Order: sequence, then structure tokens, then C-alpha cells
Amino acid sequence: MLANVVLGFLWGGITAYVLLAGADFGAGFWDLLAGSATGGVDKRRRIAESIGPVWEANHVWLIFALVVTWTGFPSVFAAIASTLYIPLTAVAIGIILRGSAFAFRGAVTGLSLQRPFGAAFAASSVVTPFFLGTVAGAIASGRVPLGIAQGNVISSWLNPTSILGGALAVEVSAYLAAVYLTRDCQRDNERGLALYFRRRALVMGVITGLTALLGIVVLHSDASRLFTGLTHRGLPLVLASVVFGSLSLVLLVLQRFVAIRITAALAVIAVLWAWGLAQYPDVLAGEVTVSSAAAPDQTLLFLVVSLSIGSAILIPSLVLLYSLFQSAPAKPSQLSSR
Amino acid sequence: MSVVGDAASNLGAARAQMGLSLGWHIVFACLGVGFPALILIAEWRGIHGDADAMRLARTWAKVAGVLFAVGAVSGTILSFEMGILWPRLMGEFGAVFGLPFALEGFAFFIEAIFLGIYLHAWDRLSPMRHLASGIPVAIAGVASAFFVVTANSWMNDPQGFTMVNGRVTDPQPLVAMFNKATPVETIHMILAAFMVTGFLVASVYAAGRLRGRSDRYHRVGLILPLIVATVITPAQIVVGDIAAREVADNQPIKLAAMEGIGATEAGAGEHIGGIFINGQLQFAIVLPHMLAFLAKGDPNATVVGLDSVPAADRPQAVTLIHLSFDTMVGIGFLLLGLGIWMLVRWIRRRGPPTSRWFLRAALVAGPGAVVAMECGWITTEVGRQPWIVYNVMRTSDAVNPAPGLYWGLVVLVIVYTGLTAVTLFVLRRIKKANVNADVNANANVSV
Ligand code: HDD
Ligand code: HEM
Ligand code: HEM
Repeated sequence: MLANVVLGFLWGGITAYVLLAGADFGAGFWDLLAGSATGGVDKRRRIAESIGPVWEANHVWLIFALVVTWTGFPSVFAAIASTLYIPLTAVAIGIILRGSAFAFRGAVTGLSLQRPFGAAFAASSVVTPFFLGTVAGAIASGRVPLGIAQGNVISSWLNPTSILGGALAVEVSAYLAAVYLTRDCQRDNERGLALYFRRRALVMGVITGLTALLGIVVLHSDASRLFTGLTHRGLPLVLASVVFGSLSLVLLVLQRFVAIRITAALAVIAVLWAWGLAQYPDVLAGEVTVSSAAAPDQTLLFLVVSLSIGSAILIPSLVLLYSLFQSAPAKPSQLSSR
Repeated sequence: MSVVGDAASNLGAARAQMGLSLGWHIVFACLGVGFPALILIAEWRGIHGDADAMRLARTWAKVAGVLFAVGAVSGTILSFEMGILWPRLMGEFGAVFGLPFALEGFAFFIEAIFLGIYLHAWDRLSPMRHLASGIPVAIAGVASAFFVVTANSWMNDPQGFTMVNGRVTDPQPLVAMFNKATPVETIHMILAAFMVTGFLVASVYAAGRLRGRSDRYHRVGLILPLIVATVITPAQIVVGDIAAREVADNQPIKLAAMEGIGATEAGAGEHIGGIFINGQLQFAIVLPHMLAFLAKGDPNATVVGLDSVPAADRPQAVTLIHLSFDTMVGIGFLLLGLGIWMLVRWIRRRGPPTSRWFLRAALVAGPGAVVAMECGWITTEVGRQPWIVYNVMRTSDAVNPAPGLYWGLVVLVIVYTGLTAVTLFVLRRIKKANVNADVNANANVSV
């Protein structure tokens, strides 16, 4: 019971990470494609302004997921980290390059300096979600055995399901980012930019959908357990995702930019929880279940109590952060745009 | 494929990688703990009419934005490394000492959230509200230092679990968190963070003044952080003394390594400097009976030597541990001297000292505090070897045996070298831009 509560917190944290930090990565993706240094200036400024105040807080969801895993499901954390050390090291380096390059770019003036930092920021924004996706694919396809370094250090994450996971992670991030940015532009009366990001949201939405369709084929041959789970227990959520995904595209065409934030997020949530449901009660697919992987009850109890108290402080703080930057500033913001 | 034979060759690389990452992170972490308070003091003065202090607060906030980002991402790497490098530590003991990390996670949330607000909402909040938005940042920084160091103190003084047939049972996270090493280690670390921040920031302005910038902005920028740091220094020495006695009681072999005591000795002397060769400390200055007195409160007490445990249970790098400890203590007293110098001059001349020699001393105090802090960690971590969890789990049993692990070290050395260079470069640019703004605009602050 307690184990399931902790798992719920964990999966909730991962969901928040995908929806929030994912979009920050996606913003980096669009930064990469924003065009020449001079032509892309307004897009890059928009991106920097939108993610500047929030990316560090969004990033903490990852730490949250790590520490809850290693406290609540220590053996699972050990198995994942020891077998998948290569993609995880790539993620870690991607994170350090992205975060510092973004901060550096904001702190220097002059295009000649901003450009290399911008490039590092943008490139690592694509690499990082890709490798995180391969990690998800490795776990979902049952390639991480319980135990220390028991899996193959290469093929565990270099396989069809992992590649699919990586591609989907990059695409979903980019899609969410475009959707969120569209609304930010609309709010700040940047009509041209809003249309620019809307077009990209549409294209990326379609690409993501097509990848997901292709994914069905991949999973069928490469991860049959997951495939069975998704087509049986997870099916309602899979269908929900299709519905919300299609609805989002319609809303994009209709330019309902607030509503689409919600439907786009719901589509992504549905996919994530479909995976979770398909795999449940296994935490490592085919290897170990929630109840047998969980830490003893005393630890779980302390963890649940801490997580509950922590959430009570966290949620109002997060609301404050997001609402503060959702309204236009009193004066045009100068600080974050540098 | 399961390769288990690589543990031995991975160990050295993994330790080097962990040490490098931690040694790097801790500098930024110290600033994450100490800087918010310093900035808030300056902003407080600024709101009450001190334009120079307000300008300092604005500049420091901008610098902090960069430093915090680098601190946050380098800390994230550490979280990965706990599992990538030491999966058996986490797998066996995660249930015991994971809780403080989870609590730390919330502290990070609060820190990051309010930092986002503080850095980006100067023009969205009233001055007092803006100041208030920085307070959670300062508190959360101290809290996260507390939590993570309780995890480390547990590694030094493990408790809150029972071993049955080599398996951990009955984990008690709160008992683990509040072990005997916790109070002194956490306090010592938090004070160190404020010292590092204060002395480092002061260094920057001491450099400016040595180059002839003696306007009020530079004077306040020097003296404000310097006061904070020098006031803390004596307290830090007292806490360090308590820490040494705690180590003497609970980790006697570490104390023997810190002091270079090869053979158990009654009325042991305090050893300063020297090299540990063939089980003996040579070329050291010895203050007779001092160690026995300092560590045990009795000049004739017996101090346990390294030879009291089998060779396999002793730390190898005794010279490094001993000299690191000496360096930390030495720098601690030098910094105390700096504080006394300032105090005496202040009383005599009714104002802060301005001589070039004092400025030079203040200039090196910042890097000195960093060195002391790093030496303290080397003492603690290398002195605990060969144990990752003292007397319970060996570092060699904790390491990830996966093939090819050492490549991580190679990559990380390259990344950290580059990042250090670029961080320093960017900070210099901020400073330069600030000096130019100083020359061009007069008092009107737009930074
Ligand atoms: C500005 C930094 C600084 C200064 C001036 C000092 N220390 Fe320190 N010391 C640290 C920064 C530090 C540290 C890096 O923060 C450590 C590492 C672990 C810890 O808790 O604090 C540490 C560890 C540490 C330990 C090991 C604790 C353990 O392994 O559990 C001892 C015995 C001392 N210190 C003692 C002293 C003494 C007697 C000092 C007198 C001058 C002193 N320290 C000054
Ligand atoms: C931030 C300040 C710290 C520094 C500079 C530091 C330094 C080091 C160094 C140099 C090593 C390598 C020791 C050796 O190989 O002989 C090490 C190892 C290690 N440290 Fe620390 N440490 C710090 C804090 C911490 C904290 C707070 C934790 C845990 C909560 C921690 C956990 C570890 C672990 C797991 C290892 C690897 C195993 C070992 O060598 O014992 N360290 N650290
Ligand atoms: C004595 C050692 C340590 C101290 C005092 C310390 C303190 C801090 C502080 C104050 C921050 C916030 C940094 C900032 O915003 O600038 C931070 C960041 C971080 N630290 Fe450390 N830390 C230590 C060691 C460690 C260790 C051993 C780990 C992991 C095992 C770790 C994990 C992290 C993580 C994940 C972050 C980023 C959090 C974020 O996203 O804001 N730290 N640390």
C-alpha cells in the first residue's frame, strides 16, 4: 500500500518533469532551429524570457524523481544506474551544458559571445531528452535486470524501443514547447511570433503522432510485453491520448491557445500513465514488482510523510512562481532578455 | 552479458570522478548557501537609501544567477553519480540514508522557485516584497547543506539499521540522519559556506581596490562581506575543535591519519607538517602531549595509532590526509588573524583598514578559504577510506563493476576543465560590463 503511494508520487513527479522541464528542453530545440543569428533574435529572446524564471524549478523534478527512487526503491535505482550508466552520463553532461550555457548566454552581451553559448544550449537541449528517452525505453522493454550492472551496457539502451523512446522524448518536448510558447506570445501581443510557433506546434504534433503510430509496430516486435499491456490494460489511456492529441490539433487550427495547453498536456499525461498502467505492478518490466522492490515500511512511511509535508509547501510556491510570470510585467522586462 | 570483473579497475577512476565532481560542486554549493544572505543584506541597506549597496545587490544577484545555475547542474551530476558509481551503496543503504536527500529535494525546489522570482521579478514586485522573495532562497540554501551533510555524517557514523546475514534490515531513517557526527559536521559546513562566500566576494573588491578603484562602491563591496566572514571565523575554529574530538571518539583511525600517528601512543604530541613514510611521520614539528590534551582532554591520554587495525582497514594516503588537515587548520588561524588585524585597526583608526598589505591579505583570503574547505573535505573523505560506510561497507564493494566506467572520468575532466574556464570568463565579463557602466552612466543603475 505505502509502496503504491510512493510510486504514485514518483510517477507524478516524472509526469511533472516531462510536462514542465520537457517543454524547457523543447524550447531549446526551437532555439536551435530559430534561424540565423540575426534573423532568429526575436524568437530566441521570446524563448529565453519564457523559460528564464522557471527552468531551474522545473529541473528539480528530475532530482525529485531520482531521490524518491533511491529512497523508496533502492535496488531498482541501483540496477538502472549501474546498467544504464552510459546514457545517464550523457544525460548528466547534457544537463550541465544546457543549464550553464543558458545562464551564460543570459549573462553576456554581444552576439559573438551569445552565439556559441546559444548553440551549446540548443544542442544539449536535444541530446538530453533523447538519452532520457532511451533510458525509458530500456526500462519499458525489460532490458534492465535487477542487480548491479547485470544488463548489457550497450544494447540495453541502443535498441529499437530505446530509439523510439528517445525520438518521442525529443518530439514531445518540442511539441509542448511550441504549444506553450504560442500562448505566451499571444498573451504578450506578439501576433507574428504566435503564428510562427503555432505552425511549428502543428507540424510537430503531426510528427509526434506519426512516430507514435510507428511505435506500435516497433513495440510489437521489440517489446511484446509492453505492447500487450498497452493494447489491453493501457488501452483506454492510449485511446484518450489519441483523442486529446487530435483535439489539440483542431484547437491549434482554431487558435484556442489556452485550451490547447490543457489538451496537449493531457495527451502526454495519458501516454505516460498508459505506459505505467501497462507495466504495473512491475517497476522493472518483467523483473521486479512494486511491493518486492520497495524499501521497508518504516522508510516508506517517513518518505510519504515528508513528501506530503513537502508538497504542502511546494505547491503554493509553484503556483506563485507560474502566476507571477504569467501576467505581463509592470515595465517591459529587461532582465531576462539579455 | 554480465561483467563483474571490472570492479577493481573501476575503483580508482570512480573515486577520482566522485572527488572531482564533489570538489567542484562544493564551491558553487557554498556560494548557494552563503550568497543569498549577503545579497539580502546589501539589498536591505539599499532599500534604506544606500545606493551603492543597492548596486552591489543588483550586480551580485546577476552573478548569483550564473553561479546558482552551475551549482544546480553540477549537483544534478552528483545525484546521477551516486548511482552510476556506487550502485551497491545506494542499493543496500538507500532505504537508510535516502531520506535526507529527499528532504533536500524540497529545499532545492524552494530555492529554485524563489530564485526564479528573485532574479526575474525586480520590476514586478515592490522593493520590500522583492527582498522578502529572497528570504526563502537563503533559508533553503542552508537547509539543503544541512540535509546533504547529514547523509555524509551518516557515512562517517552509520547507525539506524541492523545487519542480518550481510543484509540491511530495520532501517530507521531519522536515527540515521541524526547520528553523532551530524551536529558538528553540519554546523562546520554551513559556517564554512559563509566564510567561503564572504572571503571570496571580498577578494574581488580587494582586487579592484588594489587596482586603484577606491570609490565607496568598492569600499562597501569589500567590507560588507569581509565583516560577515571574519565574524564567523572564530566560531568556525571552535566548531572545528569539537569536530576533531568527535572524530577522536568515533573514528579513531581517521584521527590517527589526520595526525600521522603510526603506533598507538600514550601522551601523544600534536604533529605539524611532515611526511608519512614506513608507518611513521617524519620531518614533523611535534608539540609534546598536545594531541592527547586536545583530543581527549588529558595530556597523558592514549591516542590510537594506525597500527591498531589491520593494514587493509587503514587509509592509504596518510600524508595527504595529514597535510590537508594541517592546511585547513593553518588557514583557519590565518583567517582569524586577518579578522583581528581588521578589528584592531578599526578600533585604533575608527574605520576599516585601507593599507595595501591589508588589501593583499584580503585578496588571498578568498582562495584561502576555498582551499581550507576543500582540505576539510579531503580530510573527511579520504580519511574514511577504505570504508564508504565506516566499518560497514568498503568503497571497493560499493563500486559499479560495469565495463568501461572510467571513460566517464575522462569525459568529466574535459567538461569540468572547460566549464571552469568559461565560468571565470563570464564572471569577468559581468564585472567588466559593470565597470564600463560605472564609467559611462553615473549613478543611474540599470544593471
Ligand atoms: C573555511 C573552511 C574551514 C576552516 C577555516 C576550518 N574547517 Fe574544518 N572542515 C571544513 C572547513 C573548514 C569542511 C570542508 O567544511 C569540513 C569537511 C567536512 C565537514 O563537515 O566540514 C571540515 C572538516 C573538519 C574535520 C573532519 C570532520 C569529520 O571527518 O567528521 C575536522 C576534525 C575539522 N574540520 C577541524 C577543523 C579545525 C580544528 C579547524 C581550525 C582552524 C578547522 N577545521 C577550520
Ligand atoms: C562537497 C564536499 C565534498 C567533497 C569535496 C568530497 C570529496 C570527496 C573525495 C575527495 C572523495 C574521494 C575519496 C577517496 O577516493 O579517497 C569522496 C568520496 C565520496 N564522497 Fe565525498 N566529498 C564531499 C561531500 C560528500 C557528501 C555530502 C557526500 C554524501 C552525502 C559524499 C559522498 C561521497 C561518496 C559516496 C564517495 C565515494 C566513496 C568514498 O570514496 O568514500 N561526499 N568525496
Ligand atoms: C557538503 C556537500 C554539499 C553541500 C553543502 C551542498 C549544497 C548544495 C546547495 C546549497 C545547492 C544549491 C546550489 C545552488 O543553487 O547554487 C546544491 C545543489 C545541488 N546539490 Fe549539492 N551540496 C553538497 C553535496 C551534494 C551531494 C553529495 C549531492 C548528491 C548526491 C548533491 C546534489 C545536489 C543537487 C542535485 C543539486 C541541484 C539542485 C537544483 O536543481 O537546484 N549535493 N547543493
